[in-house]
Order: sequence, then structure tokens, then C-alpha cells
Amino acid sequence: MAPGVGKTYAMLEAAQAAKLEGRDVVVGAVELHGSRATKLLLKGLSTIPGRQINAQEPASTEMDVGAILARRPHLVVIDDLAHINAASSRRAQRHQDAREFIEAGIDVYATLNLQNIASQADSVQRIIGTMPRNLVPDALIEGAEMRLVDLNPSKSPRQLREHVVQLTQDAGIGRIKFLSESDFVALRTLAWRFMAERITREGYAHTQANKLGGPWRSGQRLMAVLRPGDDCERIVRRAAQLANASNSHWIAVYVEARQSIGPEEHSRLAAGLALATEMGAEVVATIDEDTIRGLLRVADQRNITQILIGSSRGSGLKSFQRNRWTRRLLRSCGEIDIHFVSTEEEPHKQKHEALRFPRAGIFQYALATGIVAIITIFAYLFSPRIGGPHAVALIYLLAVMVLGSFARRGPTLLAATMSAILWDYFVLPPTHELRINSPEDALLLGMYFVVALVVGQLSTRIRAQQEVEHLREERATALYLLTRELSEAATFDHIVERAVQQMERAFKARIIVFLFDAFGHPGQSVHRASTFEPSEDETAAAYWVFRNGRHAGKFTANIPRAEAHFVPLTTSAGVVGAVGLRLDQTSPPTVQQLNLFDGFAQQIAYALDRQRLREVSEEAKLLAESERLSKTLLNSMSHEIKTPIAVISSAVGYLAPSYAETKSEAEQSAFNAIQEATHRLNRLVGNVFDIARLESGHVRPRPSHCDVKELIHMALTQTERELSQHNVLVEVPPDLPMVRLDFVLMEQALSNLLSNAAVHTKAGTQVVISARVENDSLVIDVADRGPGIPPEHLGRVFEKFYRGPNAPTGGTGLGLSLVKGFVEAQNGRVSVKNRAGGGTIFTIRMPVGDLAPTPAEVET
Amino acid sequence: MSESAEKKFTVLVIEDELQMRRMLRLCLERDGYQVVEAATGDDGIAEALRCQPDAIFLDLGLPDMDGLQVLKRIREWSSVPIFVVSVRGEEEEKVSALDNGANDYITKPFGTSELLARLRVVQRYGPTTHQPTVFKTGDLEVDLGSRTVTLKGRPVKLTATEYSLLVLFVQNAGKLLTHGYILREVWGTQNAENTAPLRVYVGYLREKLEARPEKPTMLVTEAGVGYRLVVKN
Repeated sequence: MAPGVGKTYAMLEAAQAAKLEGRDVVVGAVELHGSRATKLLLKGLSTIPGRQINAQEPASTEMDVGAILARRPHLVVIDDLAHINAASSRRAQRHQDAREFIEAGIDVYATLNLQNIASQADSVQRIIGTMPRNLVPDALIEGAEMRLVDLNPSKSPRQLREHVVQLTQDAGIGRIKFLSESDFVALRTLAWRFMAERITREGYAHTQANKLGGPWRSGQRLMAVLRPGDDCERIVRRAAQLANASNSHWIAVYVEARQSIGPEEHSRLAAGLALATEMGAEVVATIDEDTIRGLLRVADQRNITQILIGSSRGSGLKSFQRNRWTRRLLRSCGEIDIHFVSTEEEPHKQKHEALRFPRAGIFQYALATGIVAIITIFAYLFSPRIGGPHAVALIYLLAVMVLGSFARRGPTLLAATMSAILWDYFVLPPTHELRINSPEDALLLGMYFVVALVVGQLSTRIRAQQEVEHLREERATALYLLTRELSEAATFDHIVERAVQQMERAFKARIIVFLFDAFGHPGQSVHRASTFEPSEDETAAAYWVFRNGRHAGKFTANIPRAEAHFVPLTTSAGVVGAVGLRLDQTSPPTVQQLNLFDGFAQQIAYALDRQRLREVSEEAKLLAESERLSKTLLNSMSHEIKTPIAVISSAVGYLAPSYAETKSEAEQSAFNAIQEATHRLNRLVGNVFDIARLESGHVRPRPSHCDVKELIHMALTQTERELSQHNVLVEVPPDLPMVRLDFVLMEQALSNLLSNAAVHTKAGTQVVISARVENDSLVIDVADRGPGIPPEHLGRVFEKFYRGPNAPTGGTGLGLSLVKGFVEAQNGRVSVKNRAGGGTIFTIRMPVGDLAPTPAEVET
Repeated sequence: MSESAEKKFTVLVIEDELQMRRMLRLCLERDGYQVVEAATGDDGIAEALRCQPDAIFLDLGLPDMDGLQVLKRIREWSSVPIFVVSVRGEEEEKVSALDNGANDYITKPFGTSELLARLRVVQRYGPTTHQPTVFKTGDLEVDLGSRTVTLKGRPVKLTATEYSLLVLFVQNAGKLLTHGYILREVWGTQNAENTAPLRVYVGYLREKLEARPEKPTMLVTEAGVGYRLVVKN
């Protein structure tokens, strides 16, 4: 589980064992590090050479994923699963390639270091002091069979020293730190514990699966809480580790309050959420003015039993606020357990935003001042006539309440304070001073002030909630409109057009849509419904999204130069496209907005996927229908034409004995003419229908193990009459293994070759038929001593209706094209050349999938 | 056909083509068989019930119903030998007919002699005839009672598997056995895909019993379908 302990060796050993079991093993990527013992183990395994990345550096190669997928082995061997691919590769990391193999049904043997397992990285970091950059998500190795390769350091100290160097280099640091033996013990303990936890989990899963028929989950449900300012990635990793250890379901939650957060905090939050998705958590982002209420709502909905939050040991106002927050959560969380993840002092101190109030426009302040001023002037002039200072106080209160109903908290507060002071100064006797004489007036002023404050506060809160509701509703409506539009779209173009329209409206942005084919050529794949032309950076960002399946472009860490923000379109078939948004805003999108982007992208991807499946199934239906039709036609034609021939042929057979005895010579020869013509017609019709079946694709080879000797014998039996005047020689080695072929098709191919030889050569010449195995192919030669074929005709002999220059009459010109058809239907090849010393030689090469044992090897 | 003097051997021909039926009737009647004709699947089933034929020729391409269906219906109550008549290149159809109880198949266009030879086989070894314990063909003699095999009078040593394979052929002498059937009976496998062991053991038997194993005349291959033990007199 660490570099140099012999993982590659162990992996190759396992690969050799698999090969012995008869599986097709290829080596995708392997690092030898100069080990000779390891190199020896590569013997006998076929290696797929790496793809060259850089023309200048011949050594820089990457695993050739395409070649391996095309080769379709049973098992592929990959060293260093955590390897980061070169920039021009299709996927960013090698483990993503591995996943592709697994999804393609190819088994993977791979090596992996402990520190590269995402959930273990933190623990390793604590021991070796650095954080590896290349992590492999736990989800990938969840179902895999794991083997621990361990090395006892006390037994081989020298080797150990080297490994330490490697380990620290691997961790991506320049300085070399020698680990103490105790560090090593700690690392080994960690590795063993990781394995033990897996085994426990598998054991539980196994017994529970047997009992309940389903995967086992503990009753625990874990919720990781991400807050702006936390070390979110750390919390996520810790949560993943805890959830894995207790085999529980987990989610990552972010509650967005209306407060704005800085770009730094935002990017850390987004990184945390992205990591959580990658590590297999469900990510929930919700809006609530009160984050604790939001959290508990989510917790309640998902039956959360444990909450994981970050705690910081800082000081100052921020820390005080956080502690207060934490205490409130503790009080209100009920039966839910709470874990704290100690996060170190935040490395990036953020400037404190003192005033959290949403900023109101100058206009509202001016309005507040104006209203209060007008009332004051009015009251100053008319106070006695409208019922004294107390009535005026009510007018002030009314004004503050009206203001509170639409203005923000700041102006409302200002209006309340100002009106209280002005009322005291101008209206309440004694006027023109701030003194209050009677206690009831003091009480009134106090009460008034409190009422004004409460009203202001209440109305602000209600409006805040309204805004949240409004946001939610907008989101729901936008998504609803999108789904409705998409469900009405009937083609890919419609889907994209409507998606672009809806997104333009919902995000007030200009939209671009990239749709990728399987290999991702973003240059040609900008959909024409897009509302702007991509820049080079944007094309690059779209391409990045396609390879990595994550957001990129503006406001992200990946290609931020691009003007648009890109969201992946992910379907069951993988990333099929990317949507780019050129947003008007200068601040990064909120998590809520990002969430909405994802929601839109998901809906669009679903629609695209649905459309794709619909088209595939329609195409299949159409194909099946046309196939059925042509097959029916072929069958009925075949029946209609063959039946009369069969009747003639049977009638001839019926008459043959009596004709030979009783009729005159002339009558007999006429009869023979009928007989021969019938035979020829029968063969011609048979050939024509065989060709038709081959060309319409109705010939489906049914391979089974064939004894080549038997095959040749059958072909010779078929052509016995034609070859009766020839000297036939069969050359088959006795140890020729059985080969998987379609016996009937092969026999027909051979019979046709043999009768071709019989027709084109003189009686008494030799025809040699020989078979052998050569380079994973079965090779069958049919050689004759005929006149040969003029060189300029060699390329044409397998063409339909081709007749050689000296061909005798009676042939159909179809025999050899049938041979080609029958052989190629089974992925074989047939070729022809002239022999030295006269004659031609036809060669059939059939790929041999798996060789059955030779007859002599089967136990009795 | 002297033994059929008292009661003629009756053959039912189920075939939709009139000319084909007429030809079959001519061929069969010349050799002393009695022929009953049916042009559709329904008629065929009715005739099979009514006249209780000794053998049936069944064309697979019938206008009213699938020939395979007719075969299954008749097999529900009768074990009469049934020959399936089909055209070349439809091995799958043949195999499924044989696996559904057909005794043999004949490929159109057929020779009269071939047709009559098949009929004689079922006449001799039909299900109604008593199974002899000693089987002879050519130089081969198999005594099922004492489990001995002799070739030209000399004993032949066979392994257990070889012997059970040979016994299966002997018990179905002249009859075409599909790969799947043999694999089920001798090896007990349900998977008819892997025919390798079967081909290997047929090879062994040919080595031991055929005069020229590379050109077998006794254990013959029916391409794509199975094997047949040819009975020689």
C-alpha cells in the first residue's frame, strides 16, 4: 500500500495466474522502476504500447485507452491507479480510464497507494505531513477485491529507506523527509485498519444480503454540514471516512442564507460540494434565512442521525458568532448526535463584514427621512388641532409601519429613531428640548420606540421569507417550464432550442450548447441554437467539462479565462455535452444558482437521453421490421422456386431406373440432358439464394468446436462425383486442435473451392487440400495444378458472376464469391495466388478465438 | 417388403404442393407403400388420427400452420416415425424439429433411393419392434447383454464414455441424433453449445471402429445437425 513494497510484482503475479486460467490478459500500463524480477513477470503477457503524448519526448507516453477498448481483453492490468494523465488525454486521471474499462465489461487489476485513497488521505497527511494531489474516490474501489501488499520495515531497512524517499516524492513535495520507524508503523496500521474495515463491511453486507436479499446499511445516516469559512474539503473527507467505517448513508448539506459570501469562501464551498459528489454523497443545497432551521429541516426530511460540522478554535467576533450558532444547534438538534471536525485556523482570513443587513438603496433612506420630515412639519404646525402629541405619535407609528411594509430594515430603523427624537423635540411639550416631563410620556416614548422597532423587524423578516419563497418558486417554475417545454420537444434540435430559450429567460444570460460525439470534438459540436460564438478559451473549457464532468470556465478554477461558465450535460451514457452561460453578473454565482444550473443541465440531459433511447429503439424496430420483411420475401421466393425444381428432380429420379432399361439411346440421352440441366439449375438456384442470404445479412454463423479432419472429409464427400477423376491429397497434421467455426458454412466454402478446382483442372491432375494452425489462425489451402489465373484477373476471381477467361461452360460464376461470403461472415479471409510450377492455390484463414484441446488432450 | 403383405405399411404425406405430393406418392407406391395425403397442417393432424400411419413425411413450410407445430401436436399422442422435409441451409430448423421429436429429415430435392432407405430404417428399428440384445452392422457386433464389442470377431476395448456413446448410437441405429440430444444423454449437459467433447469421442470411436477413420462410413456426420450410425447389411 505504499510505493516500492512490491505491488506491481503482486499484481503481475495475479495477472499471470489469470492468464493460466485461460483469460485474455493485457498490460495497459506498468512502471518497472528498473526491477528485474518484475520485468520477468511481464513475460507472456501482451502489452498494449502507450500512446505518445509529446513528439519531442519519446518517453512520455500515456496508457492507450482506445487501443485497449478496441482489443476487448478479459482483463487489463494497470499500474498506479492514481496517476494523473497528461493534459491532452481524454480523462484527467487514470482511475477514470479504469472506470471506463469496468463499464465496458473489462476486468481491471490495478495498484494503488494508501495515501491516494480519498478517504484515507487526511490520516496519511497527518503522518507524512503532505497532502497527495492525486486522489482516487472510494466509490471506485468500493466493490473491488483488494489485496494488501505490506512490507515489514524492520526486516529490510535499506529497502525501506528508498521507499521513504519515493513515498515523499510521490506526495508531491520537493524536500525529502525521512520517516521514523514509528511513522511507518502508523502507516502500516492505517493500511491494515482500512483493510479490516472493508472486510467487516463486506462480511456484514454478505450476511445481510443472504438474509434480506439486499445490501446492508447501518441505521446511521450522516449529514456533513458545509458552511462558508469552513475547510469544506476536510469536512467532506472526514464524513466520507466516518460513513464508510459505519457503512452508513451520507449527505452533504449547504444552507444558503441571503448573506453574500466572498469569492474565496465560495470557491472552497463549491470545491467541498464537488468533492462530496465525487465521493458518493448526496449533495443538498437549500435556502433558509435561518441556517439552523434549514439544516434541521433537511435532517428531518432525510432521517439524519448524525451531524458533522467544522469547529474552529479562533477568537474574535467571528468565532463568537460561530460558537453561538453551535450552541443553538446543540439546543435544537434533539436526538441527533453531533460530531465536530477540528479545522485548523483558516488559512485565508476574510475581511469581516460588519453589517450583515442587506443594503437598501439611498432612495429608501431619503424616503424615510422625507416622510418623517413631512409628518414633523405637519405636526409642528397643526399638533394642537389634531388632538395633541399622542395622536401625532400614532401618525408617526403609522408612517413607520407603512415604511416597514416595503422598505428594508435600515430605513425603517432610521425612520423609527428619527420620528421618536423629532416627536419629543417638536411635538411633545416642553417643545424644543429633549426632556420628558411626565412618566407616562416617557413610557409612551419607550413603547413607541419598541413598537416601531418590532414592526420594522417583523416586516423585514416577513419580506425576507417572502423573498426566499419567491426564489424557490422562481426556481421551481423555471424548472417546471423547462421540463414542460422539453417534454414537448420531439427531436434533438428542438430539445436544445427550447433549452436555450428557457435558460436565456431564467438566467438572463447568453447560452451556448456543445454536444459531443463519443470522442468529443468540441470544435464541430456547437449547436446552432446557441446565442453566441465560443472563444478559444470557451471551447477549451467545454472540452474540459466533457472530459471531467465538472463545472469549468468563468468563476471556477478550471480555465477561468473563459467568458462563460460551463455546466456538464451528463446522461446514462456519460457526459454528452456542456452548456455555457455568459452571465451578466460580475460576482460568482451563488450555490443556489449553481444548483439551478445543475438542475437545468440535468433536465436537458434527461431529455437528450430519452430522445437518444427513443431513436435507438425506433431504429431497431424499423430495422427488425425491414429484416423480417426481406427474410419473409427471401424465404417465400426460395420456396416458390425450389419446389418445382424439387418436383422435377424427384420425377427424374423416379424415371431414371426404367429409362436405363427400356428406352432407346436417343431417348436416354435426352433424359440425361434433363437430368444434368436439373442438377445445374438446382445448384444455380441454391447459389443465388445463398448469395442473397449472405448479402442481406441473414447468415448468422453458429460456431461450435469443429474437427478440421471431419470438415475436410465432409467437403470431399459433397464433391465426390466432381472430383472422381482427380487425384486428391489431404494433408492434415494429426495434432491439429479443434477450432470454433460454423461447420455448415465452412463445409460449403470448402466444397465450393473443391468443385472450383474440379471444374477448372484436367482430369488426373492433383488437388491438395491441407490445413494447419499459423499465428492464431486456422489456414486451409486448396491447391490445384490447373492452368492458373492470369495475374490481372487475380483480384477479380471473388467477384460475383466473374468468369475466368478459359472457364468451361456450366459454371455460375457464384461459387468463389460464395466462398468469400461464407468465410467473411465468420471474420475469416480468403485469398488466391498462382503456384510456382503451375496451378492456383486458394487460402482460407480463419481467426481462432479459443483453441479447444486436441483430441489427444481430453481425459477419458 | 414381403413382411408387409397382410397389412400394408402406410405413409402419411403432409405437403401443400400438389406436384410434390404426387411425386412422393408415385415413389412410395412403386415400392409397395400405401400413401395417404394431406395438404394442410390441420388435415395432416386429422389424417394422422384417422388412419394411424406407420410413418409421416411432414413438410415444414405449410400454408395454415407452422410445420413444427404440427409435429408437436402429433407427438402429444403418437410416437409414429416422422420425417421432416425441408430445404438446404436451414440447419437450425432441422435441429429444432429433431429435438421436438422428429426422427429424421430429408432435404429437398431428394433422391428416391435416399427416401426409401430412411423408411426402411424406421421399419426395421421402429419403436414398436423389439430391441435385439445383439446388434450387428458390417464388421461390428455389439452385445448389449454382455457389454462386449467386437470388430471382425476381435474384441475392441472401449472406455466407459465411448461405450455409452456407442450404445446410444446402437439403440438409435440409422437414426439421426442431434448434438444436443447426444450431449444430454451421454454427458448430461444441457448446454448444446460446447460440442467439443462429443466431437472428440466420436473421433475416438471412429479410430477404433472405422476401417478408415478419416473417411467414416459407419458413424457419419450430418453437417450442422448431428451424427448417424449407418446400418449396413
